[in-house]
Amino acid sequence: MEQFSEFFLQHREAIFIVILSIFLGIEVISHVPAILHTPLMSGANAIHGVVIIGAIIVMGHAATTGSMILGFLAVVLGTLNVVGGFVVTDRMLEMFKKKK
Amino acid sequence: MSGISQFTGGITILEITYIIASVLFVIGLKMLSHPLTARRGNTLAAFGMGFAIIATILFHKKDGEPIGNIPYILTAIAIGTAIGWVIAKKVRMTAMPQLVSFFNGMGGAAAALISMMEFPHVDPELIARSGMANGHVLAILLGLVIGTVSWAGSMIAFGKLDGWIGDMRIKAMKYVNLSILTVLIGFIVFIMTRNVQASAELTTYIYVMFAVAVIYGVLFVMPIGGADMPVVISLLNSFTGVAAAMGGFLYNNQAMLTGGILVGSAGTILTVLMCKAMNRSLLNVIVGVFGGGGKSNAAEAGTVKEISLSDAAVLLSYSKKVVIVPGYGLAVAQAQHICHELDKLLEEKGVEVKYAIHPVAGRMPGHMNVLLAEADVPYEQLIESDEINPDLPNTDVLIVIGANDVVNPAAEDDPSSPIYGMPIIKARDARNIIVMKRGMGKGYAAIENMLFFNNKTRMLFGDAKSTLQNLVNEIKNL
Repeated sequence: MEQFSEFFLQHREAIFIVILSIFLGIEVISHVPAILHTPLMSGANAIHGVVIIGAIIVMGHAATTGSMILGFLAVVLGTLNVVGGFVVTDRMLEMFKKKK
Repeated sequence: MSGISQFTGGITILEITYIIASVLFVIGLKMLSHPLTARRGNTLAAFGMGFAIIATILFHKKDGEPIGNIPYILTAIAIGTAIGWVIAKKVRMTAMPQLVSFFNGMGGAAAALISMMEFPHVDPELIARSGMANGHVLAILLGLVIGTVSWAGSMIAFGKLDGWIGDMRIKAMKYVNLSILTVLIGFIVFIMTRNVQASAELTTYIYVMFAVAVIYGVLFVMPIGGADMPVVISLLNSFTGVAAAMGGFLYNNQAMLTGGILVGSAGTILTVLMCKAMNRSLLNVIVGVFGGGGKSNAAEAGTVKEISLSDAAVLLSYSKKVVIVPGYGLAVAQAQHICHELDKLLEEKGVEVKYAIHPVAGRMPGHMNVLLAEADVPYEQLIESDEINPDLPNTDVLIVIGANDVVNPAAEDDPSSPIYGMPIIKARDARNIIVMKRGMGKGYAAIENMLFFNNKTRMLFGDAKSTLQNLVNEIKNL
């Protein structure tokens, strides 16, 4: 119990953000028309590419060759997620726009 | 966590940038859910991401140390950008689903790598104070497991959609999967209850855990076949979101936390919406084995009847109302443009043409909308299945182009069918049905379709694109 309350108090801000973000995510998505399901999934896919920030931090403080290699790889993969995700989504949505 | 002591100018700018990025993610996602604003929403979110990345490189400090290795970081970003850009631009529209799956896997792998690298460096003071059972370690372990499962699963989904990995369906699979999942949870509990001075002592377990998680990811997606693939991609998408959020927890990084959780929850809702469109529960998708079932009642079904091109042309030209039901076959054949040509031709002749869009037609929800939008089919002509169903009895001809499961009456008639209960386009209510198909193969879910044996149904065999082209020529020559 003591451990739990320490954990909770230490991370209460993060827990706050998590819970509110869950509701936000649900609220933002729930009225999407089926026509946009694919682009939306793809756009959301690009947004979780935010993991690249973690990759940059880890790479930025890497000291050994091993961690340099892994960090480099993480940044490359994270960038792939971000760039590929946003570009593909844009490509899909471009087609919706043309006829407007 | 002790923010005040490092409260310098750079940190302030960094944190403000993270707030801006988070807001842009939320607004971007919101705008993505409306057709008119979707593209700007995507761009906005991309800008948010760009700001967050640049600010991190410039201003992030860990224990007072700024980001080092910047030339390498920039090189890595350049490589990732070049590859990602080229792949995203060059891939055909039909391959979109596997592409999303691929990029999703990359994010998952990045999250897993971060966890692997951070694990040996958990603050010894923290361990001395609260042992291994602390939020930091939990976030690392969860990030590792979820990220790895998402990566391995996405790669399998990618391979399956691309057609180079087949389905593997063994009855015992769900027990195997459940036991592996138990093992993974066991690992987490084991590591967190160890009594050590430094987390680095346990690094070996991390690699074993990684290997087990890879196996789980592979086996998790392997048995899921056919119509459920979109659901799986969406689910893995939200997994990666959660894995990214674990990183946010680790670095006390609000941009990662909000971005990740936002995608995690939005992705879950999207997954549930998709399940709903197929009238299946999420649990059913995950543990159940889809497809392959269904009685083979072709024998009692009788024979299919074909129609000649000229008969089809006449039938269509003299109809009042025509409904087109597109499916994956249309996408594969890249027949969306010629299909639009057919509908324009018929409209010129005074025929009313509509498209009946099933939410899960194709390989992803909304797949058909994307394809038809590419061919400039006006938005108003695309009608969702619930809306068009009451209209079908007054429809003269319904043309099924490369769709199968979404028009399968077994969903209404046959309680033993795996798709029983799934809302369908009630194609058999139409007065005449023309089915364009490559051959008598079953649909992606591998279920026999009684619609093809219906008295009102005529088959037009061949590749969708060339068949439509021939049909258009035939109608022009009438």
